[in-house]
Amino acid sequence: MNSSSILSIITFVYGAAVFLYLVELVFKKSLAGRIATVVTIIAFVGNTTGLVMRWVESYQLGFGHAPLSNLYESLVFFAWSIALLYIFIEWKYKNRVFGTLSTALACCAMAYASLKPDQIQPLIPALKSNWLIAHVFTCFIGYASFAIAFGISLLYLLRRFGGPAMLDRLPADNLLDELTHQLVMFGFIFLSAGIITGSVWANSAWGRYWGWDPKETWSLITWFVYAGLLHARFMRGWQGTRIAVLSIVGFLAVLFTYFGVNYLPGLHSYGAPS
Amino acid sequence: MTESNVSTGIWDAIWEFFASIRLTIILLFSLAVTSIIGTLIPQNKPPMEYLQAFGEFRFRLFNALDFFDMYRSWWFQLLIVLLVLNIIICSLERLSALSKILFVKNPKIKPSRFRKANNKIVFDTDDSSATLQKRYASILKRGFTYYKTETIDNGLWLYAEKWRWTRIGVYVVHLSIVMLLIGSLVGSILGFEGFVNIPEQESTNRIFLRSNGQAFQLPFEVRCEDFNVSFYDNGAPKEFRSRLVIIENGQTVVEKDIIVNDPLRYRGINFFQSSYGKLDAPQNHAADETPPESLDLRVIDKASGAAHDFTTRIGERQAIPGGKGEFKVLAFQPHLTFGGQDIGAGLQVEVTLTGKAPETILLPLHFPNFDKMRGGALFFTVTGQKRRDFSPTEKSERYYTGLQVTKDPGVPLVYAGFITMLVGFVISFFMSHQMVAIEITSRGSGSRISVSGASSRNKLGMDRKIERLSAQLQKS
Repeated sequence: MNSSSILSIITFVYGAAVFLYLVELVFKKSLAGRIATVVTIIAFVGNTTGLVMRWVESYQLGFGHAPLSNLYESLVFFAWSIALLYIFIEWKYKNRVFGTLSTALACCAMAYASLKPDQIQPLIPALKSNWLIAHVFTCFIGYASFAIAFGISLLYLLRRFGGPAMLDRLPADNLLDELTHQLVMFGFIFLSAGIITGSVWANSAWGRYWGWDPKETWSLITWFVYAGLLHARFMRGWQGTRIAVLSIVGFLAVLFTYFGVNYLPGLHSYGAPS
Repeated sequence: MTESNVSTGIWDAIWEFFASIRLTIILLFSLAVTSIIGTLIPQNKPPMEYLQAFGEFRFRLFNALDFFDMYRSWWFQLLIVLLVLNIIICSLERLSALSKILFVKNPKIKPSRFRKANNKIVFDTDDSSATLQKRYASILKRGFTYYKTETIDNGLWLYAEKWRWTRIGVYVVHLSIVMLLIGSLVGSILGFEGFVNIPEQESTNRIFLRSNGQAFQLPFEVRCEDFNVSFYDNGAPKEFRSRLVIIENGQTVVEKDIIVNDPLRYRGINFFQSSYGKLDAPQNHAADETPPESLDLRVIDKASGAAHDFTTRIGERQAIPGGKGEFKVLAFQPHLTFGGQDIGAGLQVEVTLTGKAPETILLPLHFPNFDKMRGGALFFTVTGQKRRDFSPTEKSERYYTGLQVTKDPGVPLVYAGFITMLVGFVISFFMSHQMVAIEITSRGSGSRISVSGASSRNKLGMDRKIERLSAQLQKS
């Protein structure tokens, strides 16, 4: 069994976790919730195994590079980051209500990955650098935090503006708001670290640390949006709806940085969907 | 009103304008929105391309608004300068207030602050305040760096705190942004960004600046000894490698192979592998354009290393000894393209291994090891051809290496800014000034205890901390 087939199974394991978390949320069955947690951990372990196997397979093919070099691999890693972060949140806050949306985000990333070519390709010269791992790792931990923050903001707005009754089981508004804010801060550090590692890498590959390439610019746009959110919250006391809206706008900028930029001309074209 | 009063009034107004957080938020979102333009319109293209794409009216409009080089436009730079002024003035204003509470030796306790705290937890115990004070003091001293007790009203206050200094965290981040901007300014004033194409076996000390295309003299000479490109068998380039030599006052001082991601740095000037190409060599053109009369090919078995030499013509079928199969030169091409690059003259050869389908391979004359990268069982190479003094080993086709040449004395400051920024984030997002107060009041033979706390951020974290602390106190 190779990494691709394991990873396609994992997509369904994430799907099962979504279903179980939803059962807990709707029917208030805590057993379903406990099973969901186990299933999520299994999916995460399988996801990790798939990534490691892919890494090993690339060595067997004679290329030998971290599985972070194309859209398929980055989506699998995105799902991995979301699962890791969610398992941490569930453990830290002893609360499973964000399980449905987090595993759903991971499942979506995996399902989208399965539509993309999954062959292991050798690295082009520009990507042959030790900065590859540091850059992609920091960026995707950041993206994953923003993704979960986005999900929580969406739930917040849904409940605020007349969503289904089961949303009443969500924690109090101020906890949702606080968690969004914590995740945005966490993501902001990793986004900054991602931009920084990218700059240092660009300086060693192309001789400039900043070049207003569309991907660079969009990561900066994302940074501006979240910097605005943090200042509005810390210094102007914004809360609730306004922060939730900004968190959603920020994540749209993340999505554009990740996917949309590939349709614009620039140096990051190796992440392009094909 | 006197004149000086008027001018102080203006200065105060300017100061207040820049000290506003509303300005910060407006500027951050304006930068976010305007930055989009330059990602939708490709930057710094020739005017003709824009004219064709947008038509005359929009071309004139966009040109007037500097949309074709927007990140260097006056209005975008103005937004950045405003943001930096905003950051500096906001920081100065708040730092002056902060300095009053940052360096206090003996913090004053405001009883009301802790009595009104939302996280206050109250419980009763049978012990007297004297024994409690001793017991609680040892718990507080363990978790905090500063501890004191104070007698006020009819009770006793135990107060502890830690990490007061972390209140500067956000200003560390602001400082880092100022460092980044000064670093980039230093780079744009004292540095340069240029390029040069150096043919193999030639040297130069003249490069061309990207900003205006003008020639620029380096304080030493660069020589390109050799350039090589290798490919994966799927056609993607694997490595671009240039052997560079730095010659200063006629002496060779540095020699290095550079590849993408591994530049040569000498005296603050950096050489990056950025492109390559084939030189126009008119004397060879005639020879390259016409097919040769006969060709010398060598076939090497990768496993055994056994080599067989052939002399063949285009269209002639040749059997490979040992029953391994056969091959046929299909055509001569003056310009083979591979991975989107012109790799010079070469042959298209059809190889049919025994029991396998025919496969067409490319054998560029300039890169004798090219076919090795195909990873097949047999490796083909062209060793010679009969036609007007041609010999592929003498490299009748010459390549040049394209180098990006930069100098940026601002980089150390920018990197220091990067590190400062990350340190500032860790301080301001993960650490906070934490204060806890325990009020002990006597009630009969026992005491009433109130525990509460405050922190410079992460109130929820402090609430949980107070819950844990009061549980610990009750158990002790």
